[in-house]
Amino acid sequence: MLPTHTPRVLRTASRQSLKTAASKSQVFARSSRASPRPQSQSRSHSYSQPYRAYSSAAAPTARLNIPIDYATTPLLAHTARTALNNPELPPSITRGGGGGSSGGGLTKRMNLYQAINDAMSTALAEDESVLLFGEDVAFGGVFRCSMNLKDTYGGDRVFNTPLSEQGIMGFAIGLAAEGMRPIAEIQFADYVYPAFDQLVNEAARFRYRDGTNKRHVGGLTTRMPCGAVGHGAMYHSQSPEALFTHIPGLRVVIPRSPIQAKGLLLASIRCNDPVVFLEPKVLYRAAVEQVPVDAYELPLSKAEVLKSGADITIVSYGQPLYLCMNAIRQAEQDLKGAGKNGHFSVELIDLRTIYPWDKETVLASVRKTGRCIVVHESMVNAGVGAEVAATIQEDAETFVRLEAPVQRVAGWSTHMPLSFEKFVLPDVARIYDAIKTTMNY
Amino acid sequence: RRYGGSLSQKPDSNFVSFPGAVKSVFTNTLKFEMPSEYPAMPTYRVIDQHGVAIDPTFEPDLSDDEVIKLYRDMLTVSIMDIIMFDAQRQGRISFYMVSSGEEAACVGSASALTPGDVVFCQYREQGVFQQRGFSMKEFMGQLFANKNDAGMGRNMPVHYGSTRLNIHSISSPLGTQLPHAAGAAYALKIQRMQNPTADPRIAVVYFGEGAASEGDFHAALNIAATRSCPVVFVCRNNGYSISTPALEQYRGDGIASRGLGYGIDTVRVDGNDLWAVRGAMTKAREMALQDGGKPVLLECLSYRVGHHSTSDDSFAYRAKVEVEDWKRRDNPISRLRKWMEAKGTWDDGKEKEARDSIRRQILKAFNEAEREKKPPIRALFEDVYEELTPDLHAQMKQLKSHLDKYPDEYDHTAHS
Repeated sequence: MLPTHTPRVLRTASRQSLKTAASKSQVFARSSRASPRPQSQSRSHSYSQPYRAYSSAAAPTARLNIPIDYATTPLLAHTARTALNNPELPPSITRGGGGGSSGGGLTKRMNLYQAINDAMSTALAEDESVLLFGEDVAFGGVFRCSMNLKDTYGGDRVFNTPLSEQGIMGFAIGLAAEGMRPIAEIQFADYVYPAFDQLVNEAARFRYRDGTNKRHVGGLTTRMPCGAVGHGAMYHSQSPEALFTHIPGLRVVIPRSPIQAKGLLLASIRCNDPVVFLEPKVLYRAAVEQVPVDAYELPLSKAEVLKSGADITIVSYGQPLYLCMNAIRQAEQDLKGAGKNGHFSVELIDLRTIYPWDKETVLASVRKTGRCIVVHESMVNAGVGAEVAATIQEDAETFVRLEAPVQRVAGWSTHMPLSFEKFVLPDVARIYDAIKTTMNY
Repeated sequence: RRYGGSLSQKPDSNFVSFPGAVKSVFTNTLKFEMPSEYPAMPTYRVIDQHGVAIDPTFEPDLSDDEVIKLYRDMLTVSIMDIIMFDAQRQGRISFYMVSSGEEAACVGSASALTPGDVVFCQYREQGVFQQRGFSMKEFMGQLFANKNDAGMGRNMPVHYGSTRLNIHSISSPLGTQLPHAAGAAYALKIQRMQNPTADPRIAVVYFGEGAASEGDFHAALNIAATRSCPVVFVCRNNGYSISTPALEQYRGDGIASRGLGYGIDTVRVDGNDLWAVRGAMTKAREMALQDGGKPVLLECLSYRVGHHSTSDDSFAYRAKVEVEDWKRRDNPISRLRKWMEAKGTWDDGKEKEARDSIRRQILKAFNEAEREKKPPIRALFEDVYEELTPDLHAQMKQLKSHLDKYPDEYDHTAHS
């Protein structure tokens, strides 16, 4: 019996340690503390010894792979003005007062988990068929996403389930099939596989097989923390999104920031198709921005051009967008004059919805730039990058405009090893190099 | 602050306040509990195989006409089984699964429900569909996958479903419907809390003893118990999962013994006895609605008289004589018939008339269904999502132009 039990024990133990770490707000502080930069060192007040990082430290000599400074990145809205200057937000949010909305024009500083909490609170308040459950959600969740929701909306609508992913998913499907709008939480995306049968064979196919009976589980939203976190190793780091993009019937969404998380999650909850909503856990506390206080939706299946450029298109989603932004900044400086008309600029696109994805925005961009790089954490083989690259070469109008092969900068085809994380993930240096290689092709 | 779940240990208490088992008494004897030391759970029976009531308190709670209706439901399923099994053998439908031996478990249990109760099936519950009012046109439309099929010809035969009858569509993966039923039951409970004037409803889920080995069985019973869901789990234990006999499926006392482990009220009944199944389900439904809702487990023992499906020859793994014995010795249909005959409400003449008229009705629907067109080809792209996505729209156009380009390669005249 022992050999078969060992992995479970390990899983529980490592899960527990992450839970504890997360609830003590240390998980992400650790990664920044690992930085050699002076301001990070000064933050390590709760440890007598500087924290020894497993893999997230940058070399002291690094010019490219320096830690992301979320406090200054242009991907986050650091002021209310920037937050509201978003053409996708409705006028009632951006102008204030419109439509009798009390919070119009108002924003609040939130990190990613607070924005998710805010979206779920809105959903629970506006529709009594919305329920929230999973492992440990009642006390606020191991990442604090469901804080105070049980107290506000009651234990019948916000509750813990037994520790069983297939049970959580099957239960959620049954609720949705009877007209409720369940939000099911899987504690880590790494643990979604026991629920895979329910998601693939049941949730995704429910409407299709029901035909004119017209029942569906469109009310279902499945949330799960995903992505690398600095020390998550094999079972607290995974990005399984490509597995879901191969399943007709599911929508797959990954936000990059608090504003996006709130708008996309609300849209996902209200959407009448089952949505798999992946939350980059490394951003839960790190990504902080001004978020409109009123409820709003951001469109599903719509990519966003974060930065326009003329020479290369970079397509990414989730946390790597921050790396892309840094790589672009350095490349644009170093490759000045290498592009069209004596300039050099890179276009950055956030897919946001991984499936069904916004081909038009990507194809239009690549037709303009003639070059494309796709960046994601999950392994390169049959990843989202494969689909994007294939679509680009398949589109006759885009194919003839290509000036270089489409490059994929992604995780290697391995599992995530604890001590080697920084060598597995795409980082600023690899993205920077891909930009140079693609330009020099 | 103390949390709701917190416990304290009283000094010198003779039981342990370990949070994992709060009522466990200390013992100084090391003794393992042995399943072999416990008797098998008894099997509740009302009528014996001769049609004689053995429960002296038994009073039928249905009129003679209502009993005859249930009897005809069982007959209908068994006659449809013979006709459709042959139709598959002749290549007229692609697949079929008979329910012989389990007509009473399905018809009897379904008869104790209200139309609003939400039902989930595995696939061998045609009796449930028949009892709840699935029409012969609906059965045949699904089996022939024609344009009358609610499933739009997307599912294999016997994967019925009906919103009108509150029966969810059947899917092939085993056990998956079990946690759905727990979730649906929780939905019914919450909806009634939010609207107390709504009628009390329960969810019911059927599954075989083989499916009970799936992880979803464990997940469903546990979550139903912890969330106090008004759901009745009905196991059809017919002794086989395709070729695997029950004794290679589990070593415990059937499925019923597991219910107790999940803290679920459980009963085992004779699945060949319509009255026992009906009585147990009537009580189970009542219990499921008590105390704000709770799950109940009902194990119906029966015997799978037919092959597993049309793709199975069961004589490759069990003796023909075993099956013949079961058919002769005990059969849910003949048992009820004997009881009705003893009561004077049924006789050979009525039997012949019933069999002939049911057969005619089935054959009429069969012939109509066979001539009906298949659903339109575009239905293959629809309902993947609520709306056709741009991808699916483009692929639909691609297929259309392909069909236009190669008109001789495909027969679209069969589709409407």
